[in-house]
Amino acid sequence: MKSAVIVFPGSNCDRDLAVCLRDVTGTAPAMIWHGESVLPEGLDLVAVPGGFSYGDYLRSGAMAARSPVMQAVVKAAAKGTKVLGVCNGFQVLTEAGLLPGALMRNAGIHFVCRPVPLTVENNQNVFTAKYANGERLMISVAHHDGNYAADEETLERLEGEGRVVFRYAEPVNGSAHDIAGIINAAGNVMGMMPHPERMADLGLGLDDGRRVFESLLAA
Amino acid sequence: MKRRIFVTLKTGVLDPQGRAVQHALTGLGFDGVNDVRIGKLIELDVAEGTSESALDDMCKKLLANTVIENYRIEDAA
Repeated sequence: MKSAVIVFPGSNCDRDLAVCLRDVTGTAPAMIWHGESVLPEGLDLVAVPGGFSYGDYLRSGAMAARSPVMQAVVKAAAKGTKVLGVCNGFQVLTEAGLLPGALMRNAGIHFVCRPVPLTVENNQNVFTAKYANGERLMISVAHHDGNYAADEETLERLEGEGRVVFRYAEPVNGSAHDIAGIINAAGNVMGMMPHPERMADLGLGLDDGRRVFESLLAA
Repeated sequence: MKRRIFVTLKTGVLDPQGRAVQHALTGLGFDGVNDVRIGKLIELDVAEGTSESALDDMCKKLLANTVIENYRIEDAA
């Protein structure tokens, strides 16, 4: 699997994603700096990492979503390249218009940094095929702006089309419908606030996130 | 030419920061604060003759996230 990790000024989970992708797929991803306007040929996956791109100035993910490399990612996504956004990466994908809705300040105001229980809501896609529907996972979150918001019509559409992929199994940040991760209509773009790359190596305690990458490898 | 952009959360979108500030004001003994909504003020110094539609585009493409926010453009004093 040929993958790339986008690196913005302020990204801080890019190397975690790279280590995880190399470990699971056997091939190191290309690290693509935000100023690039062209992606490597033949990519299967673009991963947009967590962190605080551009210092989260204006809104989380807002500046990154307008960077040259994201124009290329939007084009690649339209052609079917798989795109995974984690945490700040999820915020960037919503700001770039690849996913609906927005991630707002956590309802409790606090930065939330802990493993949280998740439920797999839909395994009929390239990101979660290795999980069972209804399976309970523990995956870390670390965010200040993870409170998913969208209008009622959008929420109904997401639910009706099975596009809510992960749901928090306990209150975490005030997210509408306890949404932790969603996919786009075409099924090739997923954003999630929890960090699967941080739970992908048993040496770190849990590996509940590893199957996201194994699913992508098998797709 | 100075222009001001006010970015505010849409009606119906919960504002956790506003709620916390309201709570803090109440805690300080200020009664009767029914609601607090927090927004942003962005001051732009733009070339003379910059069109309203250009400013509108700036708001739509970057300054506001129209999924959750409204914006209003005003002359700066």
